[in-house]
Amino acid sequence: MSALLLPIAQAKVSGPHIDWAGLSPLLALFGGATIVLLLGLFRARPVREVVVPFLAFASFGTAIGLGIWQLGRRVDLISGAMRSDELTIVLMFIFCAAGMAAVLLSWRGVAVREASHGEFYALMLTSAAGMYVLVAAQNLVALFLGLELLSIPLYVLCATEMRRETSLESGLKYLVIGSVGSATLLYGLAFIYGATGSTDYAGIAQKVGSVSNDTLLLTGIALTLAGMAFKASVAPFHQWTPDVYEGAPTSITAFMAVATKTAALGVMLRFFNVALLDVQGDWGPAIAALAAITIVVGNVGALGQSSLKRLMAWSSVAQAGYLLAGVVVATRLGVQATVFYLATYLFMNMAAFGVIVARERSTPFGDDIRSVAGLGAQQPLLAAALTLAMLGLAGIPATAGFIGKFYLIDAAISGDYTWLGVMIVIGSMVSLAYYLRVIAAVWMQSPEPADAVPVTTTGRPALAGGDEVADAPRAQPEVWVVALVFGAATLFFGIIPSPLFDLAVRAGSALGNLF
Amino acid sequence: VSLSIVLWLPFAAGLVGLLLPGALSRLVAIAGTGATLVLAVIVLVKFKASTGGLQFVTDETWIKELGIHYKLGIDGLNLFLIVLATVLFLASAIWASFTEWERPGLFFFWFGLAESGVLGALMAQDLALFVIFFDLMLVPFLFLTGSWGGEGRVPAIIKLFIYTLVGSLLMLAGAIATGVLAPGDNVTFVLSDLAQRRLSTGQQEWVFLFFAAAFLVKMPAFPLHGWMPDGYRAMPLPVLAVFSGILSKVAAYGFLRIVLPLYPDATVHFQELMLLISLASILYGSAMAFTTTNTRLILGYSSVAQLGFIVLGIFALRPEGAQGAVLQAVNHGLVVAPAFFIVWLLAARAGSEDLRDMGGIAFRAPVLAAMFLIVTFALLAMPGSSNFVGEFLILLGVFRAKIVFAFIAFAGVVMASYYALRMFIGAMHNRTGRTVTSREMSVRDGIVLVPLVVLIIGFALYPQIALFKGERAVRQTIAPAQQAAAASERAQVTP
Repeated sequence: MSALLLPIAQAKVSGPHIDWAGLSPLLALFGGATIVLLLGLFRARPVREVVVPFLAFASFGTAIGLGIWQLGRRVDLISGAMRSDELTIVLMFIFCAAGMAAVLLSWRGVAVREASHGEFYALMLTSAAGMYVLVAAQNLVALFLGLELLSIPLYVLCATEMRRETSLESGLKYLVIGSVGSATLLYGLAFIYGATGSTDYAGIAQKVGSVSNDTLLLTGIALTLAGMAFKASVAPFHQWTPDVYEGAPTSITAFMAVATKTAALGVMLRFFNVALLDVQGDWGPAIAALAAITIVVGNVGALGQSSLKRLMAWSSVAQAGYLLAGVVVATRLGVQATVFYLATYLFMNMAAFGVIVARERSTPFGDDIRSVAGLGAQQPLLAAALTLAMLGLAGIPATAGFIGKFYLIDAAISGDYTWLGVMIVIGSMVSLAYYLRVIAAVWMQSPEPADAVPVTTTGRPALAGGDEVADAPRAQPEVWVVALVFGAATLFFGIIPSPLFDLAVRAGSALGNLF
Repeated sequence: VSLSIVLWLPFAAGLVGLLLPGALSRLVAIAGTGATLVLAVIVLVKFKASTGGLQFVTDETWIKELGIHYKLGIDGLNLFLIVLATVLFLASAIWASFTEWERPGLFFFWFGLAESGVLGALMAQDLALFVIFFDLMLVPFLFLTGSWGGEGRVPAIIKLFIYTLVGSLLMLAGAIATGVLAPGDNVTFVLSDLAQRRLSTGQQEWVFLFFAAAFLVKMPAFPLHGWMPDGYRAMPLPVLAVFSGILSKVAAYGFLRIVLPLYPDATVHFQELMLLISLASILYGSAMAFTTTNTRLILGYSSVAQLGFIVLGIFALRPEGAQGAVLQAVNHGLVVAPAFFIVWLLAARAGSEDLRDMGGIAFRAPVLAAMFLIVTFALLAMPGSSNFVGEFLILLGVFRAKIVFAFIAFAGVVMASYYALRMFIGAMHNRTGRTVTSREMSVRDGIVLVPLVVLIIGFALYPQIALFKGERAVRQTIAPAQQAAAASERAQVTP
């Protein structure tokens, strides 16, 4: 009946033009979230534990597929609130790939069981939809909408292992600090609107040159930058990162580390390199200073860590500093380098987190560095994946991370920020000290005896969500797949980087105003 | 012969060995390094000394967007170093197969990658490619030492790795700056193009310092050698032989291949600083070598001194000096690798690597003693040895360029004879050590040692081969720096 009525209704009411094709990746994410949420209500275990994660995985996959179909089109969506162009789509590839990996890493973990399967994956998909909105945003309202849509599900996801105190702490901390960040950002956006009288990027870009020394504008830029820096964990707005990363379920940590960073850097690229391009002289030195501080703080902070998740958290702070170099220079080369590095960052982080999850489930050490001691002798493949990830993050040749850093330094130097390029190099030197510690543990130490610590992750009573079968230490092929595939990608794109370069160049071409 | 095959053959052998059971992986590694040596010798024979420029060139665009080419080539500068590398790696592979390593497949995989890395750095004719191989060749040593090394290996190798990568990463920034800031439209890293479009003098100076940091750490030179004692103590001896024999030479080679042609103005500007550093290395290395009693470290500190000589020759900015430096780089590699093998033999007889525990080993081992004596004479640059020719040319070059530095450097020659003879006498003669059991070396040991000693003798009889084939390339590579030096002298005369 309704199928019959729909064409009639359409004939009567002429609504605004909607580019369904352009919106399709976003719809796939939202649609997936809805379906997954509803299917999660079924009582049958196979539906909740197999069909639901599969559909979540497929939704991310569909979004990527639709993105490939749309790659090359540049269209304004929802009367100019968002824009689907190469930059949006390539960044979406990165965070959807991170989403797919995170689904696999969560699949048979504790968090999904405690949070009920449907909700968990639905939140993840919604967060990814928020990222899409954020990087596609063309005006300040869409920007804020995207940011909140991204953040709120993540606050919940961090706390999904609800019987573990640190998980709750993580969620709460992220909520409080994230809200402060959002509020700061919103305040800044209001100032910018006040100074330029416009909420859309194009309008701001037109006006901003004429009000470049306006206090209102400068305050607005500073507050907005601080708000975005919270999300990208740029120092000195990074303090939440180690605690939140450590406490959150590891699959969610992996998702946050890669996807949130991609979205945050994506919105900075658009906001600063499009809307505020004419006042680069105002924000360029500020971001460059932040980048330098971030590189130092992140790398030094990581030095003493014995928890792998905390180590990755500090390392992600440092990497945010490297990535900012691509934003600072405001050139097409800078955009390309940032996008390229984000892609390599995806590979390296997912490989590392895959190994961390695998070891978390098969040793009693959780995410402590002892969990990977002697891995090289026991499971050489996993050890190789972790080694490649660490070498890549440190920027050793023959990994994608090296090419990424090369590209960023290249962009920094040709954008007249040679000193920032040297800062990246100095940061990499410091970072060797902690990445090598992991490699040394993997290959050059003997495994810790498993009875050295009391069992923590296994053997909880059923009342506390324990499940003897599910908690039993075992190898899980899907976790291995994530670690090995992304580890192999780190190596492959370090030797044959051309496919990634193609994507990065297309993403860079979307911002036509840059040279 | 395609250079790519020479370059990747050891790595391919290592990969194959990784998939095979232990005993086979050794054979594959030996076969791989042996085949590489054969190919390198074919290249040596086919190399035409009369034609200038690069030969056996392979040039492909690797990363279009960054302007990085996969360009390999051979000229008189790297020809003999490549042959040296393949010789030393083969000797070391045979030597390594005497020992039962845990997980031998993995050991020889890293070993093969190390050889490919070194050969790549020597063959690369693209600045970015050079930097990549220069960093990459260090990675296998991280694992070789960390997994199979001696006491205190993990802290030692991490120290070594960070030390050397600090330099290498600075070099990375310098290399990118060279490509990006060079005048011209498109970014390129091909060395021959970069030599045409030089940086301004101010840019050259900081880039020079970054490159010098990388090379001086790797050698190591005097104030930057902090990683050396711990690293040398921890590294397995067959690995140490190639590390000391060839990796340090890649750094010296880097000065000739990259720094002098690309940054001639800065080279002239920093000439005296570099000469001072090399003098300090000579004096410090020699003094340490005749006070320490650990035989590995005697060789380690003597390398510091020898590399000081090599840098001295390079920064004389005279053809004789640079030729002597190239010759001496080959000589030192040929001497130090058998010397480490002898240390291994001595340690097996004395039960320790400390000179104080040795003595009287020559008693029942005349052949070993004879071999050791030849190596010792070569090490101290006895007239008649090829090392003598090398040091003579270096000192001649410095004498003509900066006479004061030459006088001080002569002291190094004297000190070399002291520490080399002290080691020989202390180990082979004197009172027999308490734990020493003198016995002759086996035929198996001879397979490694004798060919190397024969090469030393052969090279002593006919050092011209390296000089002759290298002369044209050496003149070419120092020409820009010589011009810059002449220009700056003119500027000083007519202010």
